Amino acid sequence: MDLQSYKDVYVFIEQRDGVIQSVALELLGKARDLADALDEKVVAIFPGDSISGKANLLIEHGADSVICIDSPHLGVYLTEQYTQAVYQVVEKYLPSILLIGATTIGRDLGPRLSGRLLTGLTADCTKLEISPERNLLMTRPAFGGNLMATITCIEHRPQMSTVRPGVMKKRERDIEREGEIITFTPVFDESKFRVKLLESVKEEKGKIDITDAKILVSGGRGAGSAGFKKLKELANVLKAEVSASRAVVDAGIVSHDRQVGQTGKTVRPNLYFALGISGAIQHLAGMEESDYIVAINKDKYAPIFQVSDLGIVGDVTTIIPLLTERLAKEKKSK
Amino acid sequence: MNFELNRRQELFTQMIREFSDKEIKPLAAEIDEQERFPLESVEKMAELGIFGIPVPVKYGGAGGDNIMYSIAIEELSRVCATTGVIVSAHTSLCVAPILEHGTEEQKRDYLPDLCSGKWIGAFGLTEPNAGTDASAQQTTAVLDGEDYILNGNKIFITNAGYAHIYIILAMTDKSVGVKGVSAFIVEADRPGFTIGKKELKLGIRGSATCELIFENCRVPKKNLLGKVGGGFSIAMKTLDGGRIGIASQALGIAQGAIDETIKYTKERKQFGRSISKFQNTQFQLADLYTKIEASRLLVRSAAFKKDTGVSYAADAAMAKLFASETAMEVTTKAVQFHGGYGYTREYPVERMMRDAKITEIYEGTSEVQRMVIAAKIFK
Amino acid sequence: MKIVVCIKQVPDTTEIKINPVTGTLIRDGVPSIINPDDKSGLEVALKLKDKYGAEITVITMGPPQADAVLREAMAMGADKAILLTDRKFAGADTLATSNALSAALRKIDWDLIIAGRQAIDGDTAQVGPQIAEFLDIPQISYVKDLDFDGETQFTIKRETEEGYQILQAEMPLLITVLSSANKPRYMSVGGIVEAVEKDVLVLGAADIDADENRLGLKGSPTKVYKAFSKGVKSAGEQFEVEAEEAVGIIISKLKEKFII
Repeated sequence: MDLQSYKDVYVFIEQRDGVIQSVALELLGKARDLADALDEKVVAIFPGDSISGKANLLIEHGADSVICIDSPHLGVYLTEQYTQAVYQVVEKYLPSILLIGATTIGRDLGPRLSGRLLTGLTADCTKLEISPERNLLMTRPAFGGNLMATITCIEHRPQMSTVRPGVMKKRERDIEREGEIITFTPVFDESKFRVKLLESVKEEKGKIDITDAKILVSGGRGAGSAGFKKLKELANVLKAEVSASRAVVDAGIVSHDRQVGQTGKTVRPNLYFALGISGAIQHLAGMEESDYIVAINKDKYAPIFQVSDLGIVGDVTTIIPLLTERLAKEKKSK
Repeated sequence: MNFELNRRQELFTQMIREFSDKEIKPLAAEIDEQERFPLESVEKMAELGIFGIPVPVKYGGAGGDNIMYSIAIEELSRVCATTGVIVSAHTSLCVAPILEHGTEEQKRDYLPDLCSGKWIGAFGLTEPNAGTDASAQQTTAVLDGEDYILNGNKIFITNAGYAHIYIILAMTDKSVGVKGVSAFIVEADRPGFTIGKKELKLGIRGSATCELIFENCRVPKKNLLGKVGGGFSIAMKTLDGGRIGIASQALGIAQGAIDETIKYTKERKQFGRSISKFQNTQFQLADLYTKIEASRLLVRSAAFKKDTGVSYAADAAMAKLFASETAMEVTTKAVQFHGGYGYTREYPVERMMRDAKITEIYEGTSEVQRMVIAAKIFK
Repeated sequence: MKIVVCIKQVPDTTEIKINPVTGTLIRDGVPSIINPDDKSGLEVALKLKDKYGAEITVITMGPPQADAVLREAMAMGADKAILLTDRKFAGADTLATSNALSAALRKIDWDLIIAGRQAIDGDTAQVGPQIAEFLDIPQISYVKDLDFDGETQFTIKRETEEGYQILQAEMPLLITVLSSANKPRYMSVGGIVEAVEKDVLVLGAADIDADENRLGLKGSPTKVYKAFSKGVKSAGEQFEVEAEEAVGIIISKLKEKFII
């Protein structure tokens, strides 16, 4: 493999129903950093059906050029159709780096494509950098997040990586930015199209198991029954689930399937809010393994503060609505 | 000599441990509280073949051994002693006597449905006036043509009401004392056989313990288990095997209680450090842990002897004596370690303490075990 | 129908701890389990077997100790087992792993290949699709549910971020299954007794006609450059301030930790 002939940082642009997904713009932002470090270009690979009109948005978010693959076969994502299209682009243009969003589409396409290209793929990267030798350093969690590993793909190209939505930051849109839009027409082998899509259904995600939640907003006696409405509002803004201590469940305010602790469930979310929970030992047993614990309690000696990463001594009922409001604002400004 | 589990025993331990933690443990407090027989657990255990562990495949069993059976009772009882005794009474007191003393026809007639868990088994020996002195049987079985006619009462019968098959001891000839006791296989639907009052108990409250009433209950001759007059010997051998089950139950209760206590003492902080850091905690738990491990060795050794066909009566008695007294000591101390919390139903140790007590009483009290052991010493 | 289920032996990561001094993984005493997604994949196969009859072969690549997960799978109801084990497979990344597994799969017959979506020790979700690519068969990933017409056609429910898709495909096919698709059955007692007596087919690199340059560390395009722990949890901070300020602190901390 002649590594020298591969250059530039490519980003797979995921669209759904013609709407460019946020993760694609985030990857363009990261690709920009990487390309600048290499003094190379950012190229967007943009497959879809009648999508070329939207290509400019990609340039405004950091792409130097966009390769539009416009085809009726590519309206909805299907593994083989997309693999053929992107594979042909890679074979023709020889990218050095190819970034893909780690969505249910990207995590289906990425490995299939890497298999066809016989190159390496590193999943769910949380950090991407360029080494002094101009290779891509891909850092990702391993062993259930207990360990971080930095991965390289030195002797194969492209260096492929998937990144979860929300991990990278998109650049400010710059409507002045200019770039090149290229149209690419793949040659499809339709005999390989062996999976049919019968229907796509969107559904409101119903109640989830609190042990699966990434963020939990948990309330105790100190939150009060009226306070639980406020907790739910906070949970909505954070896309979190509401859970509770035993006292609250026993009082009938929250159902038992949301109880954290010895007699409830053991949870280990990325973020745990303990609101008005004093931290009885039986509660701590169910949540102290959480990655990051924010506790708010009136009693500065409450045991919950022994396990929390961030402790706030104060009144839950006044702090929560303020926090919800601020977080909602933050979200909008994004 | 080898103290290691073999591969199938190891794999079995993995399964039964996970099954107990995920399927049985969540129900333990509830069935205790409601004094409810856990039919849903029976169904789940039946699917996995837990009701016929040490029975050959040709009789519908799983083809396992008594070590596996003992591990099953231990692991189930670690999280729920009620569930442990349901399987133990079924297997040791009903399946085993049919397997060991039944005719080929009886084995083929009864074992497949007992092993599949379609039928539950029970055993009726104890009477109001025949407890530790099991020879004082008053239930009678009188031959009348092709049938025996049973009359009398049995009490404290585990699985009563839910069982389909009962092994019943009755006097066929009062004049010769214990040599006049015979054993019968009695189906639950025999006319004249009814279930009396259900006992309200201190522990193992989910298990059904009732009186059995026989009023002119006709049982065909072919249901005689073993020889006429051979019943007392069958009953004693059955209890020898049953003691492996109860010793395993006691062992499981003790293990469950110490697991809870270790966890609690690590979490509970007093005077600024977790109570597991205090030497008093460590030394007491070290002693208890040692006794539990000693119980396990006794239980497994008795089960191993049963599997290899060596006489094991005294071994089973020693295992049951030591494991049940250990269970009582461990659970009592577990409650103490938990302090006020331990006395509440928020934590499982108070239930374990209540459950442990029966293991010193049923299938021969600790005093009976000492008699059995002494008999071996001074024979 | 012949079904192959690819399974992996993984450490139970919920029990893994980091040595706070050295920052390395403590794997001692951590139990090994069948990867949860794979176990649900096996359950999908067992349900098909219950309903339509099928011969299920489980395959794993790993050290000789991986025999344990094959026995477990057979105790749950799988019929046959293959263990791919060889020093030449060691150090494989997903591509080299997929290459070895697909080479072995070319040696046997199958109509449906089932893998778990991803393994809990790596979370890559790559081996399933890469095997499908190497075997030149279609793949459907993130499978929640599967219907079979009893002949050759599968109707499959695939989970997406917004909901689900219903897809249709014929044999041969590879699917990757989510652990939320079902609750895998337990091993049965009788199954355990039989499983320990059964033979496991052990294959090495020489048995599968694979290009040795594409196996193990040598055949892996990706390499681990370094591994490190995220750092030990420090003692928490505590603030006693006015509500407004408290909210400011919370938000800045969460941003710092990339949680929001």
